[in-house]
Amino acid sequence: MDIDITLHVDGEPRSLSVDTRTTVLDALREQLGVTAPKKGCDHGQCGSCTCLVDGRRVTTCLSLAVAHDGAQITTAAGLGSERDLHAVQQAFVDHDGFQCGYCTPGQICSAVGMLDEARSGFASYVTADLTAGVVLDADEIRERMSGNLCRCGAYVNIVAAIGELAP
Amino acid sequence: MSDAIATRPLGADVGRLDGPRKVTGAAIYAYEHPLTDPAYVFPLLSTAARGRVVGIDAAEAQRLPGVLAVLTHEPAPKLADTSNPELAVLQSPAIHFRGQIVGAVVAESLEIGAHAAALVCIEEQASEHDVVLRVDHPDVFKPDDDETDTAHGDAEAGLCPAATVDATYTTPHQHQGAMEPHTSVALWSDDTLRLYESTQSVHGVRETIAEVFGLRAEQVEVTAPFVGGGFGSKGEVHANTVLAVMAARAVPGRPVKLALTRRQVFTLGSHRTPTIQRVRLGADASGGLLAITHDVWAHTSRVQVYIDQIAAATRMMYAAPSIATTHRLAPLDVPFPSWMRAPSEAPGMYALECAIDELAVALRIDAIELRIHNDPPADPVSGKPWSSRNLVACLRQGAERFGWAGRDPAPRRRRDGRWLAGTGVAGSTYPVFHTPGSQARVEFRADGRYEVSIGAMDVGTGTWTSLAQVAAEALGVPLERVALQIGDTALPYSHVPGGSAGITSWGATLFGAARAFRDRHGDDPAPGDAVTAGAPDNPAEDAYAMHAFGAHFAEVRVDADTGEVRVPRMLGVFAIGRVVNPRTARSQLIGGMTFGLSMALHEEVVMDAALGAIVTTDLAGYHIAANADVGDIDAAWIDEIDPHVNAMGTKGIGELGIVGSAAAIANAVFHATGIRVRDLPITPDKLLRARVELSARA
Amino acid sequence: MKPFEYERAADTGGAVAALAGRRGAAYLAGGTNLVDHMKLGIASPELLVDVSRALDARIEELPGGGLRIGAGVRNADLAADMRVRKRYPALARALLSGASGQLRNLATTGGNLLQRTRCPYFQDPTTPCNKREPGSGCSALDGHTRQHAILGASQHCVATHPSDMAVAMLAFDAVVRVRGAGGLREIAIADLHRLPGDVPQRDTTLEHGELITDVDLPSLEIAARSTYRKVRDRASYAFALVSVAAAVELASDDTFADVRIAFGGLAHKPWRATLAEDELRGRPATEAAFRAAAHAELAAAQPLRDNAFKIAMASNALVATLRELTMPRAAR
Repeated sequence: MDIDITLHVDGEPRSLSVDTRTTVLDALREQLGVTAPKKGCDHGQCGSCTCLVDGRRVTTCLSLAVAHDGAQITTAAGLGSERDLHAVQQAFVDHDGFQCGYCTPGQICSAVGMLDEARSGFASYVTADLTAGVVLDADEIRERMSGNLCRCGAYVNIVAAIGELAP
Repeated sequence: MSDAIATRPLGADVGRLDGPRKVTGAAIYAYEHPLTDPAYVFPLLSTAARGRVVGIDAAEAQRLPGVLAVLTHEPAPKLADTSNPELAVLQSPAIHFRGQIVGAVVAESLEIGAHAAALVCIEEQASEHDVVLRVDHPDVFKPDDDETDTAHGDAEAGLCPAATVDATYTTPHQHQGAMEPHTSVALWSDDTLRLYESTQSVHGVRETIAEVFGLRAEQVEVTAPFVGGGFGSKGEVHANTVLAVMAARAVPGRPVKLALTRRQVFTLGSHRTPTIQRVRLGADASGGLLAITHDVWAHTSRVQVYIDQIAAATRMMYAAPSIATTHRLAPLDVPFPSWMRAPSEAPGMYALECAIDELAVALRIDAIELRIHNDPPADPVSGKPWSSRNLVACLRQGAERFGWAGRDPAPRRRRDGRWLAGTGVAGSTYPVFHTPGSQARVEFRADGRYEVSIGAMDVGTGTWTSLAQVAAEALGVPLERVALQIGDTALPYSHVPGGSAGITSWGATLFGAARAFRDRHGDDPAPGDAVTAGAPDNPAEDAYAMHAFGAHFAEVRVDADTGEVRVPRMLGVFAIGRVVNPRTARSQLIGGMTFGLSMALHEEVVMDAALGAIVTTDLAGYHIAANADVGDIDAAWIDEIDPHVNAMGTKGIGELGIVGSAAAIANAVFHATGIRVRDLPITPDKLLRARVELSARA
Repeated sequence: MKPFEYERAADTGGAVAALAGRRGAAYLAGGTNLVDHMKLGIASPELLVDVSRALDARIEELPGGGLRIGAGVRNADLAADMRVRKRYPALARALLSGASGQLRNLATTGGNLLQRTRCPYFQDPTTPCNKREPGSGCSALDGHTRQHAILGASQHCVATHPSDMAVAMLAFDAVVRVRGAGGLREIAIADLHRLPGDVPQRDTTLEHGELITDVDLPSLEIAARSTYRKVRDRASYAFALVSVAAAVELASDDTFADVRIAFGGLAHKPWRATLAEDELRGRPATEAAFRAAAHAELAAAQPLRDNAFKIAMASNALVATLRELTMPRAAR
């Protein structure tokens, strides 16, 4: 069963016809040629596919495209360009917060979403006082970024990069 | 990046040249090359661990609109070379492990292909299987390999009357777990095969695929500018690539895409064998080692012998009049093992460096002093001089930086609230390999830049940047005047960058090519001037024992109630010769240490003995360290000049970081808790169980 | 994945009507569990009724001080709600311990309650599993059982429930409001999840087509002094080996005026530790009393080959949690 939908990808409305089984991730990668989000596990267990959907970080591999008709989707490609990097992207480059680069677009989107969450006052599992304000120290960043696995082991540099931008 | 110009390119702290592409998602990986009208391949896997396929009913799948082909062993697409059973895909009905490729569906879309694959009924006849490694397995054999057993001196005499340490360690079946799954995109046009491949070696893929399919090497073109990690799992060709090429033949003129699912990667993407390792150390009261024995049992596929020289480092790490090592393999009905980051040294040095720690405890000698006491002046087995050996300097500088002095060696003495705290140390080493035979091309372009081409790879190691630095250094030009080309068989031949030999081998090649270019064209070449050349062999290779060294320090905290282990701090100090790029070098070392932390605390492929199946077949079941598991890790290096290793003075660093790091953590866990967990990974249940046993004894 | 039809429900009434009488239909909300299962071949609905825009996504005050949580409230938003953080900290912490930030932004309150076991045999359709395929046998019984149940299991199924959120809600006696073809009904959360018995394919007491619309948290003073402790193999992004939700209320003489305890990771359902609670009420808050309470609850544990450690782990986690909660505020 195919259904016509529109996804607003990195600011551009993109109309397409999708099989009901198609995930947002596969719609982006296979139908729209938007390959910044990566497929690492396809089961919500690695975070490589993370995009900002309607402003919030989500795993797009577990999201059906038909259920996201009209959604605003921002990928790492939409956050910045090679010549005009987003602050988070620049911090990742400066701190060498990646190696093979495969988990990186997901890490970047996750970091941007996470920083927004922190600004909104979200607590985390390691926040000692759930009712106090948020101070994004290294332990907080580590916990909040744990949904993005990196097999190259760039976590130390990822935490340093994000720490530079933490509120 | 402008800071590169001010100083010499080799050794400059240059940010990754491909960084902006990676952080914006513009870097293109194998599955992502733009193609017209691709078809999708879905492997069908065996569910028996041993046996044969006796029937395949694909009628329902074939009726599904959008299904283009179903491949099975009958009729089999014939291969030219079936000598490697792993690559003899669909050449017989035999099943050698659960999760083997027994067929495939080719379809118009991902969704149709996945659906069709589920509709194919495969009837199997299972025979009795065995997937459990044990020392007394009746089929255990001595593999036919030069260094299977080594004996230097009389080890048994050195252990007489009793070994000071006699301990058995085990490391589990582990999985490389690169974030990018094994991926092939294949397209036949006329008699040329084009592959976009997730590989650690484009030329290796070309050679292997040409052999398997009976093609001339030039008929196979392989491209891989970016690779989402390999860690050894993409060093050799695996069955998925062969299947993709077969599937492409089934739909002529159309590109086919095959990305293994994460679950499929666990059986088809190779793994590190589990090990059982008995280490015995004989020593005098002052800590002088008299004898070291290291006996290793590992598994291999029943139909193919694969061996890691797990005790290799034991032959050169410490001085002892007698050193003996053995290796035995149990042939099992398991997926094919292969390389995984420091294939031999990571498990082998885990055992040795824990045993050394046990010796230090037994003799009441500081763990660092014990290692220094036994530092050999020359390679203890071959007697060759070291090209450079600075383990002692690493231990001393590390101790200083880490704050080792004054450490109370008594276990279970430090408590901070709910946490038991401890520290540990371990040595690290990795051989300096050099794979000869690579070629590079240097051409001076009209834009004033030097195009430097070599079939080298960047699997996250930083080659795009570091090799450009080497080229700039070799040519005596600023980095900006080098245009590096790597990752394609259209470029001059290069070996697989196994054994941390990438920069060392390619770099030496570039130095050779640069010299040849200057010899022929001088310092003021004309546009179009070009040379293709390699590097001569290094005569020092036979004269010296060449190794990198390091010392790992770990601080751990163990929850006194639950046995949860945290690693707030790790420090590695390494002796790695000359560093090409401190930023990417530090990343590689930290990455290796993180890998080692993950090995120490998390990683284990669990096999169900009855089903012969991997139970931990996804990333929720097979844990690799997450961000929250990794505390402050730092890596540093001493100033080391090694005039013998190569023209640059570099030693490989891709694997050194993992070697010994798991032992440092295990030793710190002992220091924190008094519990010696000899079976990795150190999960909370093992510490709780040991505590219950301890209190029962008390 | 089999092809399926997709409908978006405008309201819960329409959603319930769409499922009524269609056995092969299922609700879709956040999708984090269902889509995963469809990919694995564990679930193959013919029709998905998308309720993500039909479900209430608000958290409202109930008369008397409780909260009504719409089933469509995302896990992240529930954890972020300051009323939840202040009045039910164990619930906020349980939510924050689950999955990852990305998944918590997708997963809904209703869906979280209905997530299915992470038993690896259940997740692999090529192995026998009574929960997935009734009567096929239980591969876990003789298999790898490190994650499995030590309480309330049966010969047919030894799986555990994976939710963290539900454990905290159980400790607080939440009430699950459900809409079905026959109208609305309320289910005490303790009666929502079931033990496997000889019908392991049924995780809950919901009938086909019933839709969770809200979860009511009763006004509960004790809940303000509560916490959630999760013990797992990774420091984050891992399912519980064992977890504890606990709330305490101490009398002026430091005896337990009241106490609430629930465990995760031990059984086919979130496990309310009523025996431990009974043991503690009226007793002084001492280490010995905590231990005795743990013993009372876990004496019935029947470990499998690989999970005997869960007895010590659950016991120690409970003791540690009670210790933390009863420590004088200044010493914490």
